[in-house]
Amino acid sequence: MTDAHAPETPVGVDRGTVAASAPVAGAEPLLLTQARSQWWDVWDQFRSHKGAMAGAVLFLLILAVVVFGPYIWPLDPTETAIRSRNQSLSWAHPLGTDQLGRDVFARMIQGGRVSLAVGLTAMGLSLVLGTLIGVLAGYFRRLDGPLMRLTDLFLALPLLPLLLVMVLLFREPLTAAFGIETGIFILIVSAIGITSWMQTARIVRGDVLALKEHEFVLAARSIGTPARRIVTRHVLPNVLSPIMVSATLGIATAIITESALSFLGLGFPPDFPTWGRLLNDGVPYLELYPGRAFWPGLAISLVVLSINYVGDGLRDALDPRIRGR
Amino acid sequence: MTRPLVEVRDLKMHFPIYSGLFRRQVGAVKAVDGVSFDILEGETLGLVGESGCGKSTCGRAVLRLYDITGGEIVIDGRAIGSDPWERLRSMRPTMQMVFQDPQASLNPRMTLGAIIGEPLVEHTKMSRAERRARVEELINQVGLNRAFVNRYPHEFSGGQRQRIGIARALALNPKFIVCDEPIAALDVSIQAQVVNLLEELQDRLGLTYLFISHDLSMVRHIADRVAVMYLGKVVELAPRDALYSDPLHPYTKALLSAVPEPDPALAGQKRDRIVLQGDVPSPANPPAGCNFCTRCPNVMEVCHRIDPAFLEVAPGHWTACHLHDPDHRGTLEAGPDDTDNENAGRPARRKTPVTGANSQQGDLT
Repeated sequence: MTDAHAPETPVGVDRGTVAASAPVAGAEPLLLTQARSQWWDVWDQFRSHKGAMAGAVLFLLILAVVVFGPYIWPLDPTETAIRSRNQSLSWAHPLGTDQLGRDVFARMIQGGRVSLAVGLTAMGLSLVLGTLIGVLAGYFRRLDGPLMRLTDLFLALPLLPLLLVMVLLFREPLTAAFGIETGIFILIVSAIGITSWMQTARIVRGDVLALKEHEFVLAARSIGTPARRIVTRHVLPNVLSPIMVSATLGIATAIITESALSFLGLGFPPDFPTWGRLLNDGVPYLELYPGRAFWPGLAISLVVLSINYVGDGLRDALDPRIRGR
Repeated sequence: MTRPLVEVRDLKMHFPIYSGLFRRQVGAVKAVDGVSFDILEGETLGLVGESGCGKSTCGRAVLRLYDITGGEIVIDGRAIGSDPWERLRSMRPTMQMVFQDPQASLNPRMTLGAIIGEPLVEHTKMSRAERRARVEELINQVGLNRAFVNRYPHEFSGGQRQRIGIARALALNPKFIVCDEPIAALDVSIQAQVVNLLEELQDRLGLTYLFISHDLSMVRHIADRVAVMYLGKVVELAPRDALYSDPLHPYTKALLSAVPEPDPALAGQKRDRIVLQGDVPSPANPPAGCNFCTRCPNVMEVCHRIDPAFLEVAPGHWTACHLHDPDHRGTLEAGPDDTDNENAGRPARRKTPVTGANSQQGDLT
């Protein structure tokens, strides 16, 4: 399955799902009578969704700033300058400086890198876990009971003590193995991923349960298609919509959870800026310098909003019944 | 042309009912309860009955889409009644199915080409070009346009969708196709097209059909022999003309008397219509004795006690009714046959019905 025809390879959707949907969306060139690939239809439909296009542009813009910002913006996010602290907006410091005189814009860029990376990766992880468990539970009746009880178990677990235990157990070995930054990143991502897949699993299971009673699944069985290919060919593409929705919501949750973790001292070290930490740092100064909490909050909201719209557009574009209408 | 392609013996498909705190099995829905029939190569067996009598379950069980509760199925000389799922895979190309709801039986996210090509992907090692050629051939065969190959199911009308379903069933050159009410979801003009297509394909490819329907006139049109089901059992099995002109079982009589008369001049003076009273009993709790005894207009005392055996009362004409069982016909005069009564009264359900397949064949061919 080549992605050559997929100019808008879905951002933030786990690759398994996309790959599974590809043959279904008709990417197999053997069946084309026109020279046109089905992915162009998807792109056309996506393009006609104004919200999705705006969301995609905004998201790519934020992504570009965050990725290339450090190479263009000269100020160091961790350099303190006590004399120029708490400045308001100026050309030298577009978003002002904080209580230690660090440039807020540079910190936003640096924080955005971490937050987006954590958000996207954790969302991907929880999506893969949730989809896997949901599909297995929904499709194989024998696994349904055990897997759903496992889901209930995770839902019932108090998250903070669990995270605390995870951090205590794995922080040292991970930082020793991968260095402080990567180690903590892996820890946070897996912590968030492991504790947030349950909603997806439940939604997917419900949809799979309904879907597997459809006659086309029975038809595939009568052809002799083995269960694993029924799942990838017939079930997964049809549960794409709920997966997409929980994916877009999952990013926001992951960014917020990361900030909560950092706030509790379980996440990245204090001098390490993330959007969540910037937000929390800004809260005590809310009355004097509201901008300090406003900018990271705005960034998180914009990212979540744009991803929501992109997800909405992608869902429509990937559904042949909606496409072309 | 005379050997039975499909032999079904005492097929049972019971769905367990779980209930209570510990989800214990408290009973079973006997959707199909001891059905036997043969289908000769190249013929069409019509399977009729009212809603919920187990027709579709029977059709699916014959293809082993379910794990059957009991009985044996022999298709093309191979017994598949108890084969595990994986071993059946090699058998699948021989037997295919056309489904009732053409909307639901096509994956909305697959193109026409992918849908028809799926059996080829699963069972052949064709290259893409070969597969594409075969798909186009199939599309032509069922009377669709080759240019539709990249379209999605929702872009087609009901009749066209059913043609897609038929093309998919034909992809692997099957010998035996179960048509599970293929025309029930279509309007009348399209029904005729689809049925004609099925007949044409049968002539051309020598297919064998199990044609499930509740439409008696359509079955009369397409079937060579007809089996009538009631509450999980076949109550009558006969060559088409014999069944329609001379129904033996009271249920068949009632069914046929309910067929509307198209001629308005005759409609008023139609022969006495048999109106059945009451509802079909639950298949989870069928009555003792004959399944039809609760509604039968000719019910006798013996019907409440003994399940009638499935007997050949005329060449090729089988029925399960005490009225036509010499042992019980008129229980009043059955005095000397008491020993047989006791035999039949055992819980054992029925004799093997189709042992006289030869006589059926003689009748048909």
